[in-house]
Amino acid sequence: MFENLDALVLARFQFAFTVSFHIIFPAFSIGLASYLAVLQGLWLWTKKEVYIELFDFWKTIFALAFGMGVVSGIVMSYQFGTNWSVFSDKAGPVIGPLMGYEVLSAFFLEAGFLGVMLFGRHRVGPRLHFFATLMVAFGTLMSATWILAVNSWMQTPQGFGMNEAGQFVPEDWWAIIFNPSFPYRLVHMVLAAYLTTALVVGAVGALHLLRHTSPLRAGTMFSMAMWMLTIVAPLQILAGDMHGLNTLEHQPTKVMAMEGHYESHPDGGPLILFGIPNPDENRVDYAIEIPKLSSLILKHDLNAPLPGLDTVPEELHPPVPIVFWSFRIMILLGFSMLGLGLWSLWCRRRGTFYQSDGLHRAALVMGPAGFIAVLAGWVTTEVGRQPFTVYGHLLTADSVSPISAPAVGSSLVAFIIVYFLVFGAGTFYILRLISRLPRDPLGDLDEGPIRTAGITPAPHLARKQEYDHHGN
Amino acid sequence: MEIDLAFIWAAIIAFAVLAYVILDGFDLGVGILFPLFPDKRDKDVMMNSVAPVWDGNETWLVLGGGGLLAVFPLAYATILPALYAPIIAMLLGLIFRGVAFEYRWRSRRAEGLWNWAFTGGSAVAAFAQGVALGALVQGIPVENRAYAGGWWDWLTPFSVATGFAVLVGYALLGATWLVMKTTGDLAHRARHYAYLSGVATLLAMGSVSLWTPFLEPLYLERWFSWPTAAFSVIVPLLVAGCFLTLVHGLRTLHDTRPFIASLGLFVLGYAGIGISFYPYIVPTSVTIWDAAAPDESLAFLLVGAAVLVPLILAYTTYAYWVFRGKVDPEEGYH
Ligand code: HDD
Ligand code: HEM
Ligand code: HEM
Repeated sequence: MFENLDALVLARFQFAFTVSFHIIFPAFSIGLASYLAVLQGLWLWTKKEVYIELFDFWKTIFALAFGMGVVSGIVMSYQFGTNWSVFSDKAGPVIGPLMGYEVLSAFFLEAGFLGVMLFGRHRVGPRLHFFATLMVAFGTLMSATWILAVNSWMQTPQGFGMNEAGQFVPEDWWAIIFNPSFPYRLVHMVLAAYLTTALVVGAVGALHLLRHTSPLRAGTMFSMAMWMLTIVAPLQILAGDMHGLNTLEHQPTKVMAMEGHYESHPDGGPLILFGIPNPDENRVDYAIEIPKLSSLILKHDLNAPLPGLDTVPEELHPPVPIVFWSFRIMILLGFSMLGLGLWSLWCRRRGTFYQSDGLHRAALVMGPAGFIAVLAGWVTTEVGRQPFTVYGHLLTADSVSPISAPAVGSSLVAFIIVYFLVFGAGTFYILRLISRLPRDPLGDLDEGPIRTAGITPAPHLARKQEYDHHGN
Repeated sequence: MEIDLAFIWAAIIAFAVLAYVILDGFDLGVGILFPLFPDKRDKDVMMNSVAPVWDGNETWLVLGGGGLLAVFPLAYATILPALYAPIIAMLLGLIFRGVAFEYRWRSRRAEGLWNWAFTGGSAVAAFAQGVALGALVQGIPVENRAYAGGWWDWLTPFSVATGFAVLVGYALLGATWLVMKTTGDLAHRARHYAYLSGVATLLAMGSVSLWTPFLEPLYLERWFSWPTAAFSVIVPLLVAGCFLTLVHGLRTLHDTRPFIASLGLFVLGYAGIGISFYPYIVPTSVTIWDAAAPDESLAFLLVGAAVLVPLILAYTTYAYWVFRGKVDPEEGYH
């Protein structure tokens, strides 16, 4: 069945498929773990019941997402050996210890305290329980730090030598970990996880505000999420811009692909807003462009020369259309998030934050935007690095295991079936949990009169004051 | 004095794998025994007895794999392609059983389905691990730093036998864990299954041990020539001792002893394998020194391991201690 396909293509597809599924869960659980810690901290501090009720609600969802993250992650850590054994043998001495630190300092921490966090509140008391939640949240951030150090080293490798066996040999660990793209990637990814979580929490709050089921709980989480979004979205755009400038310095080819610059522009490159990259002809068809803007963004000078892909041998071009599109999707979503944040701010000022159906619908629609942006971002980063696994030093084609196409193909089919089945069911359960926010007592009390008596503004006003009180 | 970092790391990895085998062994075992307890309340208690700790148990597997990549990259890069199919099967099994912990509480209609996913996933993972072990013991050919065999080489009568041995062994760990953690009728039935799986484990261990020396001249020499031959006498005696403790503990209703005795059986079996193929890490192609990463890598990670592994052991013990004692059937976690 798979004889005609190349084991390399199949292995790449398998990696892209499994890691794309995997990253969806960390993107959510990194943010949610921190959110849970905040909720619990607020509860300990203010003693307001609503915080611990929200904690219990999101804790169940966290348990599901975390479980899926763990099982999909274990697949990743073994896939390096099964499908990318040459890469593992060569790069293992450098990336292995970093991943080893991830296991020792992050995975064990999360797993060790997860049981106490999920099941142990009544056994250990509120303070130790809070400590356990903090450790889980800290563990997810540590995990991101180490794995991004690994990935960033593969993008911008330094601090190593080579031995006779062709292995990368570490020479300077500090340089390896703090490689040029690491700080940018870490900040950008952690902010992305926080944005993703804020959008999901905001969407759930908005859903229940629209349904009028549990106004206090829904309002509290909606307000928290929108503050987060309003603050983090602009920071993310700023971080993304700096990340891009750093990439221009260290991986210029990737930026050429993101921008769709097939040709060099000796006196100021245009910003191509949209267009259809045509890799056969090495040009962008139907391009809509703003002259010189690209030079302004990348070099802060309208007339700065910008080299294009025509300066790079064709066999070293990454697949331009994929990178071009995924980059635009991410940017578009980033600015939509900023827009939603600003809109929520405006509604707050006008006092319609808890009433505006328009705002709530928009927040609901934006619920999945973070996941899409994260995937688009990773596709940009990873596909833009092609044809290398270790940028400039080890080709993807030279990284793959000496394994036969039917073996990779069958396991790929098995992963696809199992992932859609298992993670499909999990997503369904999460959605069902999300749609069942328990009513809060306040909602129960005044829900009746509104329904029977038609529009009575008084309870609404009373409720609004209640929110303003809790929302801040 | 030269410090032999490769040797130290071989010991640490061996410890991680052993920790994995006995810890995840009992929770996989609980999964294997799941269908034998038809009552829903029993199933809930069984699940709750491992729910708070299974993730930590499985992390030792990540350390075993990740650690191998870090310190013995050549072993990682040759063993995994050689064991391709069993590894994939194990991963898929672990997915099903891992998500079952949460999913089975989330849907009344599909609860039966996720119960089966828990059992099926646990059994497949256990069997695949056993097959992988057998295939490793059989030996893996390596040429030019790459696996040099076919992708069905792992499948032999011997590896199937080790697959079953691990399956019943994990069932024994699971049964004795339940004896220790549960009460009443559930514990009573678990005791019964502990007998059965105990006998089966003893038989399986016996046959695999008799078979192993004839796979490789190296193993034969290890077991029948001085000084390692001493172990050929001591190990079976200790195994018999563990087995008697197990049976005695079950008879006299000492609820922790059978579990400790089964752990003993596993440790002995594991030590036996280690004696057979030391100093090879990929029998009989690659030794630990051939496979070791450069000293810079070994030393860098060792610093962290020296601090972090004791810390991990401390808070893992704490987590077990929080959930100590018999599971209270009334205390719903969900
Ligand atoms: C530890 C290193 C590492 C990390 C943290 C990531 N990747 Fe990666 N990625 C690789 C190491 C790698 C690799 C082993 O180097 C691959 C396999 C084949 C290849 O070309 O590079 C790869 C390929 C690869 C491809 C296929 C590219 C192609 O074949 O054209 C995609 C789409 C992604 N990755 C996506 C991701 C996502 C969504 C990640 C977020 C978790 C991610 N990568 C993290
Ligand atoms: C492709 C490379 C990757 C590999 C090999 C990998 C490996 C793993 C493994 C083995 C686990 C399970 C650990 C456990 O037992 O708890 C895991 C979970 C996790 N990973 Fe990854 N991972 C990768 C990419 C990433 C990235 C890029 C991030 C974040 C920026 C990330 C963040 C996490 C987090 C937070 C967890 C905790 C469990 C969860 O909620 O999902 N991983 N990963
Ligand atoms: C709108 C402004 C944004 C800009 C200018 C921007 C810029 C970039 C750039 C240049 C890269 C590739 C860097 C490289 O490969 O070297 C990248 C990657 C990425 N982006 Fe964005 N981004 C923006 C918004 C977002 C948003 C809103 C999210 C998610 C919520 C996001 C998530 C990611 C992720 C996960 C990656 C891959 C990991 C990394 O390299 O950091 N980005 N971004």
